[in-house]
Amino acid sequence: MSILIDRNTRVIVQGITGRIAQFHAKDMIDYGTNVVGGVVPGKGGQTVHGVPVFDTVKQAVEATGAEASIVFVPPPFAADSIMEAADSGIRYCVCVTDGIPAQDMIRVKRYMYRYPKEKRMVLTGPNCAGTISPGQALLGIMPGHIYLKGNVGIIGRSGTLGYEAAAQLKEMGLGVSTSVGIGGDPINGSSFRDILEWFENDPQTEVIAMIGEIGGPQEAEAADYIQTKMSKPVVAYVAGLTAPKGRTMGHAGAIISAFGESASEKVEILSAAGVTVAENPAVIGETIARVVKEKVA
Amino acid sequence: MDIHEYQAKEILSGFGVETPSGALAYSPEQAAYRARELGGERWVVKAQVHAGGRGKAGGVKLCDSEAEIYDACEGLFGKKLVTHQTGPEGKGVYRVYVESTVQIAREIYLGFVLDRSSQRVMIVASSEGGMEIEEISIEKPDTIVRSTVEPAVGLQEFQAREIAFKLGLEPGQVQAMVRTLQGCYAAFSELDATMVEINPLVVTSDSKIVALDAKMSFDDNALFRHPQVAELRDKSQEDPRESRAADRGLSYVGLDGNIGCIVNGAGLAMATMDTIKLAGGEPANFLDIGGGASPERVAKAFRLVTSDSNVQAILVNIFAGINRCDWVAEGVVLALKEMNLDIPVVVRLAGTNVEAGQKILAQSGLPIIRAGTLMEAAERAVAAWQSDIGQSAKTLGAAI
Repeated sequence: MSILIDRNTRVIVQGITGRIAQFHAKDMIDYGTNVVGGVVPGKGGQTVHGVPVFDTVKQAVEATGAEASIVFVPPPFAADSIMEAADSGIRYCVCVTDGIPAQDMIRVKRYMYRYPKEKRMVLTGPNCAGTISPGQALLGIMPGHIYLKGNVGIIGRSGTLGYEAAAQLKEMGLGVSTSVGIGGDPINGSSFRDILEWFENDPQTEVIAMIGEIGGPQEAEAADYIQTKMSKPVVAYVAGLTAPKGRTMGHAGAIISAFGESASEKVEILSAAGVTVAENPAVIGETIARVVKEKVA
Repeated sequence: MDIHEYQAKEILSGFGVETPSGALAYSPEQAAYRARELGGERWVVKAQVHAGGRGKAGGVKLCDSEAEIYDACEGLFGKKLVTHQTGPEGKGVYRVYVESTVQIAREIYLGFVLDRSSQRVMIVASSEGGMEIEEISIEKPDTIVRSTVEPAVGLQEFQAREIAFKLGLEPGQVQAMVRTLQGCYAAFSELDATMVEINPLVVTSDSKIVALDAKMSFDDNALFRHPQVAELRDKSQEDPRESRAADRGLSYVGLDGNIGCIVNGAGLAMATMDTIKLAGGEPANFLDIGGGASPERVAKAFRLVTSDSNVQAILVNIFAGINRCDWVAEGVVLALKEMNLDIPVVVRLAGTNVEAGQKILAQSGLPIIRAGTLMEAAERAVAAWQSDIGQSAKTLGAAI
């Protein structure tokens, strides 16, 4: 088992006719993802990579039974597309788009709360690399070949740093149950804590790697959850020990603006909660391997 | 994006927030003239820089005559104002704001921020105005009032009243405070601000609520729908390399070290900086070249990084997903050939098209140091930098 997506998950691509979306739709299909359609308003009736394009998400869901979507829509329209997915019965949505205004995301999150929890869509991102359940399905833009199938769950704010972690795991012969990018924006769909809960309840996942960075309260919230609610071991790395205070480091959310938001403070909080912290990015793989070994022994 | 105090005041007063009358000046003569236009006997001259802490740094001066205004301006224009928020290099003063004074009965702190825990706009207020919020939260945490705004309906009057009463305002002052709070929230939400801070917000002796200072920051991602806000950008307040980078679609932050970094992805860029430090070096910058980088964009990144004269070695770390290692390698070769760089360059490539990328580097005939892993790359960059420094010291010694 994996979390959020598997080989049977029926996927639609919102914005599928765009250049980047087409490229990654092809990649996802080649990986084995069950892509059943796309949505672009006004382009219903066309076909991209052999899958039908619809004008609205509701039409796509009705015709294909789609359960998950991935959003490649440009920033000014992306929030609207996420809300459309939420209102159309999509169960899980990944938003890759970078550059969505923060207040649009505040509205999206408020909108999603219209639905009772059991009907509420799960959103990861925006500004993320997506989600992959190795050997089953890829809902994102990451290079699929760097992930082995296995029992480590990965959650990360940064895309390429997540690749770095997966590649180090592969080097150690360790595989991944699911890797989830939660994105680098200040207001995002799911937090570390939300995804940790998914992994805690997933029988396949034995150890979880959490790749954090400076800025925001989500690592500290996760630490509290790990300490009070989780049985599975968690390994963490926090990027940005050398990042100066008050400067935005690429990701809109990567800025130290309050107490507890620097890398060293987060490392301290996570360590205190019993999380095994990888001291530097070069040892993420071996730290996870050590914890996996201890778990088995 | 940050704006100046006078711009923030103009915006907020358009939303019904009361501000003292004031006028902008670009020279001491103009400042004196503005004071005469404003009338009165006492004025404040305020250096317009994108940083807090101006008062303590000597950027705010109380003046009782035109001559005093002239003198105050002479001491400000063209100078660098160094406050606790500017860093040691300070920020240049090219504009001053001349303002009429008001009779202050009490000072309040008022801020609006994006609260990342509740994922909503949060109002933070304190009866201890004039102090920095960081100080208030350490020294007088009990005076802080917080309230989050439900995004579907906006700030409600009862919430604003609650804040006003918690701050201890008198009944006759509450309506004015409600108007101020609602005006700030409207400006925040309609213009996609990320921060509004009024410190101090004062109650005057005749019970008016007036914003004596104002700071606003805006969401860069939303500037496309607010051209009137985007226009307020003042590049003289930005690091020139950072503005140049932003104009070219690169995300760059200058630091104090000697090893320049060219990386794809913000998280990996920070991790690369951390690894350089671990290997015994200091990073010169943060730089994310983004996804789908063309050889030309990589070459631009080289030009940008080497425009910092402290850079004595370069580390390129690319884990390509949406990027292509062959394009990056072409960009490295292009940059090195065209720029005639005489500092060591270490390149680590991984991911999409890595073999093709390695081949381009190997066949270029250039002295590029290659590395397989992140740690190896950082160690080699630091080692190459140290031996290069050693050599230049020797050459320098020989020359002397």
